[in-house]
Amino acid sequence: MDLQTMTYLVVGASFALYIGIAIWARAGSTSEFYAAGGSVHPITNGMATAADWMSAASFISMAGLIANMGYGGGLFLMGWTGGYVLLAMLLAPYLRKFGKFTVPQFIADRFYSKSAATVAVICLLTASITYIIGQMTGVGVAFSRFLGVSSDTGIYIGMAIVFAYAVFGGMKGITYTQVAQYIVLILAYTVPAFFISLQLTGNPLPQLGLGSTISGTDVTLLAKLDQVVTDLGFGRYTTTTAGSTLNMFVYTMSLMIGTAGLPHVIMRFFTVPSVKDARSSAGWALIFIALLYTTAPAVGAMAKLNLHGTVNTAVGLETTADGTLKVNPATVKANADVYATEASIRYEDRPEWMKRWEKTGLLKFEDKNGDGRIQYYNDKTKNADAKAKAEAAGWKGNELTVNADIIVLANPEIALLPNWVIALVAAGGLAAALSTAAGLLMAISAAVSHDLIKGVFVPDISEKGELMAGKISMAIAIVIAGYLGLNPPGFAAGTVALAFGIAASSLFPAIMMGIFSKKMNKEGAIAGMLAGLFVTCFYVFAHKGIFFVKGTEFVDLIGGPNSFFGITPEAFGAIGALVNFAVAIIVSKMTAEAPQHIQELVESVRIPRGSKMVDGAHH
Amino acid sequence: MDEKASGYWSATIGLLTKILIVWFLVSFGAGILFADALNGIHLGGYPLGFWFAHQGAIYIFIALIFFYAKKMGDIDQKFDVHED
Repeated sequence: MDLQTMTYLVVGASFALYIGIAIWARAGSTSEFYAAGGSVHPITNGMATAADWMSAASFISMAGLIANMGYGGGLFLMGWTGGYVLLAMLLAPYLRKFGKFTVPQFIADRFYSKSAATVAVICLLTASITYIIGQMTGVGVAFSRFLGVSSDTGIYIGMAIVFAYAVFGGMKGITYTQVAQYIVLILAYTVPAFFISLQLTGNPLPQLGLGSTISGTDVTLLAKLDQVVTDLGFGRYTTTTAGSTLNMFVYTMSLMIGTAGLPHVIMRFFTVPSVKDARSSAGWALIFIALLYTTAPAVGAMAKLNLHGTVNTAVGLETTADGTLKVNPATVKANADVYATEASIRYEDRPEWMKRWEKTGLLKFEDKNGDGRIQYYNDKTKNADAKAKAEAAGWKGNELTVNADIIVLANPEIALLPNWVIALVAAGGLAAALSTAAGLLMAISAAVSHDLIKGVFVPDISEKGELMAGKISMAIAIVIAGYLGLNPPGFAAGTVALAFGIAASSLFPAIMMGIFSKKMNKEGAIAGMLAGLFVTCFYVFAHKGIFFVKGTEFVDLIGGPNSFFGITPEAFGAIGALVNFAVAIIVSKMTAEAPQHIQELVESVRIPRGSKMVDGAHH
Repeated sequence: MDEKASGYWSATIGLLTKILIVWFLVSFGAGILFADALNGIHLGGYPLGFWFAHQGAIYIFIALIFFYAKKMGDIDQKFDVHED
């Protein structure tokens, strides 16, 4: 069966599965299929949370960025898992005891103020919409390859499907659909990694394969990768940091506290049966997340080696007669010259997968020196040795551009794996992007219709009106995110990192102080959230344009890119959070402390006894 | 605040502090600040600092959460504030 038919079949089957589960769940007694019913096992709940959490950024984009960044890419791995420790210990059990089920509701009650709730809704919307822009970028990549169209067309198709999925499906609340999505997603991610690890190292477990020697040699995979990429003028794979060490530090911190501040993640812990379960359910979720996150670094490193090996035969990989990619131990051991003329493959001999990706515009070849061969290297290198060798070989610049967001989807194709594996990855990528986008849209619609319109402006709105307001806000969010996704502020994972920075600087400090400081008052919380949100958005918009609109960047105004101690905008959330804490503490000291009944409320939140089931959770 | 509640809260904060120290050491410490120094040591084919940043920190995070959940359960019992 050809690849295109196989892809339609596998993607179609996965969608039929989700829809089938949704129909089956509706037909039975509905309530027991919602997490709020309390009958969901913590392990099941953990899988559902993992599906909700792992988006296009984790699935499609992250390993590609790790492949490009090397060691520095570890900031995504540590940042997006370490946040669960904070979530489990600092927020989840207390928010569960508090017994409300949206973040603005908690802020409204704890800080006894509708203004505070309104500010929280603004923070939530800014973070969530930015997050969805990242999803749209990923969905665009997935659909462009899947349907063989340009990535812009891919985004338009993605917008329509996400809208239908979120508005008409309403599947988000059904735990078992998410469990199915998790299983599709994790199989799609690990199966190709398993094959590739086996091909390259003989060890099928990618977590171990990454630390093994290359098949038939005593050269470790990482040492070979280090050698190949430095020869070609790239930074050394295992030691290149993401900017300065300080930048990597604050970037990791931003992602961690952002994880603990994102509304759609926090919401899941409001609805577990007890405080005790709230503590461990974050652990279960992290186990299921870690299955992907510990595989990702192997996917990134091996894809990078395979990609270089495909276009440069001196790396030591070869395509066998039956069409699989295989290690050639002799070439690997010989450290053959990557600058030899014959080493770069001829453009006309390029593999099928490159032709398929060229159609999307995300992989491009430009024959700069007119020799009909593909030279893929870092032409901006500071490595004098590599530069001299490239010039001597008559290379006139890098000729191959590979968008980082295609690495994971193209990974099984690069490794020449069977068609069903390639099709499975397409299904997994779509599951990841759609489930998270739908979850975020639910959080947006709840914030606008429930917390803002009903909670603040029109308390007597009818249920029907509330529902309509929710759907309209979803539609608006999709259009905005899709439009901005056409000219995205970065790769999917980079854009999502910006969303984490915004959540980290605005919501996390307010929630944390609401629990850990009895005296924190509304004036402090409001001033803190506004200050954190403002400085972070200011720094981000300076680099990426006001509300990410291209052409409105004002980076010169702040003294050039990354002018604040070399910190990149994606990493700035941690600084914003510090500003938030500082402003909140100073303002609260200057104003009256929180009233007595609020202080008593905080005391009761700290103690597990007396927790109640949340009513009507999961809308 | 009665004595039991304040004792419970300080026990909680004590546990959180210990866990946060380990959390910080394995990620920001071993994975970032001391990664270069640790890279001199190898774990199989992995330089150790690289391993912490790309693998090790994640495994330890999982262990930390379950350790926390277990210990908090004990503290709840000790101060008799557990759920019914």
